[in-house]
Amino acid sequence: MSPRLSVRKTYKLYINGEFPRTESGRFYAVTGKGGELLANACRGSRKDLRNAVVAARKAFGGWAGKTAYNRGQILYRIAEVCEARAAELVEELRRQGAPAAEARREVESVIDRWVYYAGWSDKYTQMFGSVNPVAGPYYNFTVPEPTGVIGVIAPEQPSLLGLVSRIAPALVGGNTVVAVTSEKQPLAAVTMGEVFETSDVPAGVINLLSGIKSELVPWMAAHMDVNAIDTTGVPSEAIATVQKTAAENVKRVVHFDAAAIGWDDHRRSQGPYAILDFQESKTVWHPIGM
Amino acid sequence: MTTTEIQTRERLTPGPASSSVLWEYAPSLESTDHVKLASRYNLFIGGKFVEPHSKKWFESINPATEERLAEVAEADAHDVDRAVSEARRAYEKVWRKIAPSERAKYIYRIARLIQEKARALAVVETLDGGKPIKESRDVDVPLAAAHFFYYAGWADKLEYAFPNRTVSPVGVAGQIIPWNFPLLMAAWKIAPALAAGNTVVLKPAETTSVTAMLLAEIIQEADLPPGVVNIITGAGATGAALVSHDDVDKIAFTGSTDVGKRIQRTLAGTKKKLTLELGGKAPNIVFEDAPLDQAVEGIINGIYFNQGHVCCAGSRLFVQESVAEAVIRKLRERVQTLRVGNPLDKNTDVGAINSKAQLEKIRELVESGVDEGAEIFQSSCALPQRGFWFAPTFFTGVSASYRIAQEEIFGPVLSVLTFRTPEEAIEKANNTPYGLSAGVWTEKGSRILNMVSKLRAGVIWANTYNKFDPTSPFGGYKESGFGREGGLHGLAPYVVLS
Repeated sequence: MSPRLSVRKTYKLYINGEFPRTESGRFYAVTGKGGELLANACRGSRKDLRNAVVAARKAFGGWAGKTAYNRGQILYRIAEVCEARAAELVEELRRQGAPAAEARREVESVIDRWVYYAGWSDKYTQMFGSVNPVAGPYYNFTVPEPTGVIGVIAPEQPSLLGLVSRIAPALVGGNTVVAVTSEKQPLAAVTMGEVFETSDVPAGVINLLSGIKSELVPWMAAHMDVNAIDTTGVPSEAIATVQKTAAENVKRVVHFDAAAIGWDDHRRSQGPYAILDFQESKTVWHPIGM
Repeated sequence: MTTTEIQTRERLTPGPASSSVLWEYAPSLESTDHVKLASRYNLFIGGKFVEPHSKKWFESINPATEERLAEVAEADAHDVDRAVSEARRAYEKVWRKIAPSERAKYIYRIARLIQEKARALAVVETLDGGKPIKESRDVDVPLAAAHFFYYAGWADKLEYAFPNRTVSPVGVAGQIIPWNFPLLMAAWKIAPALAAGNTVVLKPAETTSVTAMLLAEIIQEADLPPGVVNIITGAGATGAALVSHDDVDKIAFTGSTDVGKRIQRTLAGTKKKLTLELGGKAPNIVFEDAPLDQAVEGIINGIYFNQGHVCCAGSRLFVQESVAEAVIRKLRERVQTLRVGNPLDKNTDVGAINSKAQLEKIRELVESGVDEGAEIFQSSCALPQRGFWFAPTFFTGVSASYRIAQEEIFGPVLSVLTFRTPEEAIEKANNTPYGLSAGVWTEKGSRILNMVSKLRAGVIWANTYNKFDPTSPFGGYKESGFGREGGLHGLAPYVVLS
């Protein structure tokens, strides 16, 4: 009897709740520490990015309109499914070069981060909203609302915790996301797409693109229907150009200073202020009378 | 210092003359004899009034008469540098070190001095900017004082505003403000910056610098430590020099979306913090069940307040089809009764257009509306011979693609459109790159809350319009900018959290 041949996984994009190959038909090789081939990842194109933004825009109203409780449950569900697939995620991080213990710790942090942000879903509005005591006969209040479609450029490392740490606060706040994964280590990030797909995340709410950052980032920065861009994973020499391009539609530019803060400092690497980065404040006036 | 007494009475057609106005009012002019202006204003740098390095001054005119009000200094890059280095010195040596409760007391003093000089400030604001005295007297100046009073109280309470974080000031703030609410915008910018422990270099708009210089005198009188607030006058080049100065830590800008984008681009690659409060093309939505007379007052206030020189002006009126005819009829009658004329007259509703350039821009856009096929209605009021004037105007038969439905006119010009269902109103209202403000008129509470949650705008007035308060955060979505001014939210742009 010959030994059983294993079934390999094809790493694809995650757009609008589906797993298409890049429309461009292009790929790039993802290699391990020793240069061995790990996978042929999709080299996402400008058209893929546009499709992802269209999907994210379409999903925005529905996601922002869900109850906070519901969004919290879906984020918690992501944590549950992550936990169930932890071994696979750890294995992917390990194959991409992380020592086993470190890979396990990263996945544990990822799961805990989903739980952490799930819990914020029905709380941050009370922190950041207000009733404003105006000097007149008006009822006046301010509520935080999601900014819209957020483009997230995930850091190269930690490839999974970095991605999750940046998209979770955007998502819990009712935004939809188009994320560019770590270029060199996209495997676990792409698998996260499968987690989302099985966690009741509505189609289009999260979209993941693997590919070459120097190609994808300028298109993300220039896209007129992206409301904010998270530049955490943009190579430092390219940040100024991204910021300049982002001005074309007055994009909010958010940057998490991983070099200074790190990803594991639970007081500073996560928190409601990260949610606030992807929120607008809406103030409402109404007269008080008979 | 030489002073010129202002004599405006003789120079203007008395009162808002109009044969079509139902009631003729006798002129009721605010007196100006108690106001003494300098013939020339220098730069306020390091607590002193200093001549500009450029040795150049430009005229600030009264847009209602086209006559010279005063000369204002033109700050060049060298002056900007002086102001920034004074602000830096004051930040490092004084302002960041003094007890927050003492900082508060300085800011309270400014508020009190504005109240003491309220009448003079209102008169000068009207003379310099052309806005009706009843607006500068009842809105601009009292709100400016209130803004300082409100933020003064935050100075020693910042740790309660940002739970679980350490709050520090940003440093030196460069602030650039527009010409539509000159003193009020200065207050919106300076008050939260000082409360949070920053020092300031403020540049007012070139057509309306005079009340900012009176504020500089107030700041001097309040004994604010030299350099904590510096006020430098000039046009776009002065602002550009401030924006690109290396030692400025934060830029706050209120003005056009075009200039805002330019500033955002300029700051790319720097560590400077930025807040932008930019243009708007606000929808004002009237449902068939709205109290129509009140709604018409709200429409009028929404677009003709301050000659429509308001970034949050309700410049796109959406009326439900079933009441469109009635609303337009009432609007026609009401526009006709607006009293247009001498801004110093206490009965004046609509004053002078702020500048010749702005008047030309308004005319150009109104012509485009006529050319594109909209139907124009204009008040038949008589306009003064001298000065910059534009009769209150609205367009019906406007298609969403017309320039007058898309571009910010920043004048007393309204575009009227119609809708059938709430969904259609939301769709049309949100169909703009702007997102500063919106209005909703309906008696139905649940509909208000539905509209409020679906309109993509930073300020929404339901059954009211154009209300402002220091406790109430103000600012835009989308291309109307980012960051908030007013309230606890207005502190965030001026702090660093760690």
